[in-house]
Amino acid sequence: MDWMIVLAFISQMVRISVPYTLAAIGGTFSERGGVVNIALEGILLNGAFTCVLATHYTGNPWVGVLAAVAGGVATASVHAVVSITFKAEQIVSGLAINLLAMGATRFFLRIIFGSSSNSERIAGLPEWDVPVLGDIPVLSTIFSSPLILATIVIIFASQFVLFKTSFGLRLRSVGEHPEAADSLGVNVSRVRYAGVLLSGALAGLGGAWLAMDQHSFTDGMSSGRGYIALAAMIVGKWNPLGAAGACLMFGAAESLQMQLQGQDVPTQFIQMIPYVATVVVLAGFIGRSIPPAADGVPYEKERQ
Amino acid sequence: MKRESERIRHTRTPVPASFLPSTSKVLVALLCLLFALSISCGKKKEDAARESAAKAERSGADLKVGLVFDVGGRGDKSFNDSAYRGLERARDELGVSFEYIEPGEGSDRESALRLLASGEAGIIFGIGFLFTDDINAIARDFPHKKFACVDYSVTPGQEIPPNLLALKFREEEASFLVGAIAALKSKTGKIGFVGGMKIPLIKKFEAGYVEGAKYVRPDIDVLVAYAGVTANAFKNPSKGKELALSQYSKGASVIFHASGSTGLGVFEAARERNGLAIGVDSDQYEEAPGHVLTSMIKDVDVAVYEAIKSVLDGTFSGGVRTLGLAEGAVSFVYDDNNRTLIDDEILDRVQQLREKIISGEIIVPST
Repeated sequence: MDWMIVLAFISQMVRISVPYTLAAIGGTFSERGGVVNIALEGILLNGAFTCVLATHYTGNPWVGVLAAVAGGVATASVHAVVSITFKAEQIVSGLAINLLAMGATRFFLRIIFGSSSNSERIAGLPEWDVPVLGDIPVLSTIFSSPLILATIVIIFASQFVLFKTSFGLRLRSVGEHPEAADSLGVNVSRVRYAGVLLSGALAGLGGAWLAMDQHSFTDGMSSGRGYIALAAMIVGKWNPLGAAGACLMFGAAESLQMQLQGQDVPTQFIQMIPYVATVVVLAGFIGRSIPPAADGVPYEKERQ
Repeated sequence: MKRESERIRHTRTPVPASFLPSTSKVLVALLCLLFALSISCGKKKEDAARESAAKAERSGADLKVGLVFDVGGRGDKSFNDSAYRGLERARDELGVSFEYIEPGEGSDRESALRLLASGEAGIIFGIGFLFTDDINAIARDFPHKKFACVDYSVTPGQEIPPNLLALKFREEEASFLVGAIAALKSKTGKIGFVGGMKIPLIKKFEAGYVEGAKYVRPDIDVLVAYAGVTANAFKNPSKGKELALSQYSKGASVIFHASGSTGLGVFEAARERNGLAIGVDSDQYEEAPGHVLTSMIKDVDVAVYEAIKSVLDGTFSGGVRTLGLAEGAVSFVYDDNNRTLIDDEILDRVQQLREKIISGEIIVPST
């Protein structure tokens, strides 16, 4: 029985950390390229919304997943245009997108589903039957979910892309020293665009997870997950594996918080666990976390 | 200064029409026509509106009702939708018209109430305890309008404006009954409760539920969890799902939720784990057919309807009105959908408990 509780805890931790991880890795791509992306929250929300919308109209959840990615990319492209092409303040742009997403999803929800808080129920993704891993009790629920498997692949693929490919090198170089990259013939704004759009695709996929897990869209269902993802990205020192680890930690803290409820400790204290964990980890354990040197700085090409 | 005068002069000198190319001339003409048309149309509409308003006053049946929803909004398939049904019934049976606002976070609530109060609405509803302070203040600002607040939280010693009707429910009584059903139904000896925001109002549901379960089965184990300590806890279905999943995996066989949209996640969990859940406020059977044991009903719709009716009858009066089992304002669902889930033995037992609560033999605690 106790063993089962541990397994249940682990699978809950993984489920909770999926949207965090996807958004945090997205943020990593964006910021490694030198664009601060606090729009992750809005991208998650828009991704979830387009996912529900597409699934509702086509009846095919896979189309919904693609739509979530497209919705995420579309939202991120706004951020990219504003902050790369027009060189606007990136925090302001991100915040504006978050507020816009909150309002716009409610608006369209009301037009389409007649309620500004909930959509109708949609079909979920099918469960996959994975050999060996699928035979473990309780944990099998993790390995039967296509989106969780995709997330695991994405974590390692992102680490590889960022540190072992020429695209990754270029992305990091425009985030560290865009002038140097430019002088070597790297198109700074194009590479930055790629980073931001990639972050939109990943966070959009995180939105798809939220929608699929719930089989519907609820107003404000991202509930601050984008911001927690940003924290995880920093804790993970702007690297995908680190971000995933940090997200697992947040997932564990949140899961622990749920398991501990109903004991004699006041709920309010238990609800603090994830946030206390953040502060402790940020302040104590990971040491200095250094952002890319040109993070948040628009690149002005020098003119002779 | 100079600029200003230049601008004025510029606007006062129209471009002679003959200088414009011919297509523009046509366009200008069309625009003028459109403008003229739109003015006349607008006037007609206004006249019509004035006429109908005058007619309404004569017949006395045309009352406009304003309503501001709680967090969660319309379509939560629970509390707010119940209030909306009351509006619809009033529209169909009494012929009133209504308008509603679904506010977002925080301060929108006050401005929404104010907006409706300064409009044509004769009675304005605030749905949810969160309106308590705002509606109190606004009822004082608009003494000629009538207000009603569902789940108004009464502060001892504080005076309620005479034009404000505070509607309260004894949720703990019906929660007691669904708690008894859950405990009698449970094979594992464990049942669960998922609350939204941790506040006295939701605590009433929990207290009644736990009390009812222990009354019929003293050894029952009730797992209690809350989604959070802010209003956002009423619309976080992902969290609701995880809370329910962990209660199911700890052995709970039935989970009662009192958590607005967050509860939609509880039903998701019930589907996934093939468990049982109990709905709240409205009949939530449709959320997970076959997995909804029953729903604790809070007839917000009846309260809303009755309040509107009292305005038309001229019997409206302010003050606190508390509704419970005896008034038929709270109950639990037993119909064709869940008849197979609740056998006669359990039903008989619960009906007896119901009688005892109405007669005052059992007094259900609210904390």
